[in-house]
Amino acid sequence: MSTREYAASVVLLALSSSAVFGAGPNLGKPVSPAEIAAWDISILPDGTGLPPGGGTPVQGERIYAQKCASCHGENAKGGTNAALIGGRPLTDGIDTPKTIANFWPYATTVFDYVRRAMPWQQPRTLSDNEVYALTAYILSINKLIGENDSMNAESLPKVKMPNRDGFIIRFPDKI
Amino acid sequence: MEKTLDHQTWEDLEAVAGNGLLDRRAFLRGGAAVAAAVTGYALAGPAKAEPLIDEPSSLVPGVTVRSYEQRSRFEEKVARTLSNPKGEPRTQHGRTPHHLLSGTFTPNGLHFVISHAGNPDIDPDRHRLAIHGLVKQPLVFTLDALARYPLVSRMAFIECGGNSAPMFSKEPIQASAQALHGLVSCAEWTGVRLSTLLEETGIDPKAKWLIAEGADAPALSRSVPIGKALDDAMIALYQNGERLMPGNGYPMRLLLPGWEGNMNVKYLRRIKLVEAPAMSYYEARTYAPILPGGKAYQFYFLQEVKSFITHPSPGLALKGPGFYEVSGVAYSGTGRISKVMVSADGGKSWAEAALQEPVLSKAFTRFRAPWRWDGGPAVLQSRAWDEAGNVQPTRAQIVAQRGETKTVPRVTGFPSQHYNGPTSWSIDAKGEVKHVYA
Repeated sequence: MSTREYAASVVLLALSSSAVFGAGPNLGKPVSPAEIAAWDISILPDGTGLPPGGGTPVQGERIYAQKCASCHGENAKGGTNAALIGGRPLTDGIDTPKTIANFWPYATTVFDYVRRAMPWQQPRTLSDNEVYALTAYILSINKLIGENDSMNAESLPKVKMPNRDGFIIRFPDKI
Repeated sequence: MEKTLDHQTWEDLEAVAGNGLLDRRAFLRGGAAVAAAVTGYALAGPAKAEPLIDEPSSLVPGVTVRSYEQRSRFEEKVARTLSNPKGEPRTQHGRTPHHLLSGTFTPNGLHFVISHAGNPDIDPDRHRLAIHGLVKQPLVFTLDALARYPLVSRMAFIECGGNSAPMFSKEPIQASAQALHGLVSCAEWTGVRLSTLLEETGIDPKAKWLIAEGADAPALSRSVPIGKALDDAMIALYQNGERLMPGNGYPMRLLLPGWEGNMNVKYLRRIKLVEAPAMSYYEARTYAPILPGGKAYQFYFLQEVKSFITHPSPGLALKGPGFYEVSGVAYSGTGRISKVMVSADGGKSWAEAALQEPVLSKAFTRFRAPWRWDGGPAVLQSRAWDEAGNVQPTRAQIVAQRGETKTVPRVTGFPSQHYNGPTSWSIDAKGEVKHVYA
């Protein structure tokens, strides 16, 4: 498509959308899913949005030692930031520290948070394979998966987290 | 002191509740003398005034006008308190000094901030907002484009879901209103209604939620029900008339009036419409308070009706018996404040406070109650109602439902969230103000 043809199609699109939705300013520029892919890191608990690739606990252990242990401690036992292993039952109410094992309802959240926010000093520098491997390592040391289980787009959403059904929706009428 | 036209001063007024709380209409009824008596925070009796002289500052030309005004050097103590002033690799909090402010909106330099990895230094010309997912036409907007849309302005408080967390301590922590309640502020926000933009992208009927994401280092992300997005959500571009402060989301943030602060995603760069919530770190883990027995609340979202007294409060000692104005802020994520009651005897008796107009939905309402302190022990407390009939629960009710800590936590800790019960300030014979449970 030439630039002129593209511009014409944009105008047509703008016209058609204003015809459908009312005469708004229409100052947004159309963007294709391919163009937004680099930003689109959202994933859902059912696995929607998980990228290709995978990783194992053993691979994750090596990456953890290099990139995570300085804050989260050796073997994920905690350092200047939270421990990523263990956790006691929640029966102590608000005195119970929340951990991945005792609290997090979905394993996909581990992948999502590591990929978007970690390491704290260099977020979004890990490859998807590295994120899968770190996720596998963390789940494995918490005995939530086997020590040889690979995590990927298919296996990760199937991990059953212990506190999956531990929640009460506070205001059901708001959602 | 000279009597007013109707020959009445505050000293003549009948108390309407225990320990000297006066009728909220005392200002109107009492006339000029009462008004004069109440303007100072701690006026003593009619002692003879000192001679009036010209101060040196009035005898020389003053400082040259600056291009951006700075406050008086005498006000520098009015500042946020910082939980992590060196920016170590963890969350930073800056708390609003409520006890040193009045009125209903928070100056931009004092609005509370929570930053999970510092404030990003965003070039507004490079920033983009993408709306995609379950829409008919994904669109990308520049800041300039958004600023050309029909803009709306509204007052709205923003409150961290963890504000007032020290109130879950088994014993009252001795701390100021700033330390206890400094993670709520109120501003006028101006921007584009999110519904206006979603009209242009179109919405696939399958979309039930949106995921909002920031351009900060952790790409902070929260899921928001589509109903809220179409109700009163805004892409805020201005804060109290100027562009957003960096700590508050420059150059644009999601504003969800009355909902958990963390959901009002700062540095907003992406909105994706989806069928189900993402269960991001902050919704799956952080803002899910554990209950006694081990279950936890999920999707709390709403900041419920609440109030606290800012004047007097710890750090603002009373300077002798006499007239004082008890004042504070009340707000509700559900709508307007309809009533605030104030007690000076720890909740045994109550007087209705005056509400400063205009009383706006999901915004701070300043309440005021005239009070004649007789110099004896007193316990001040406020309780607010909103227009939907919701009332602040007592602390005992909250503790019964959600628990309290077994030991006293750090005042900067977050043992739980969404405390909206009352706060009690005790006054001793010296006029010192302490935090108590009553």
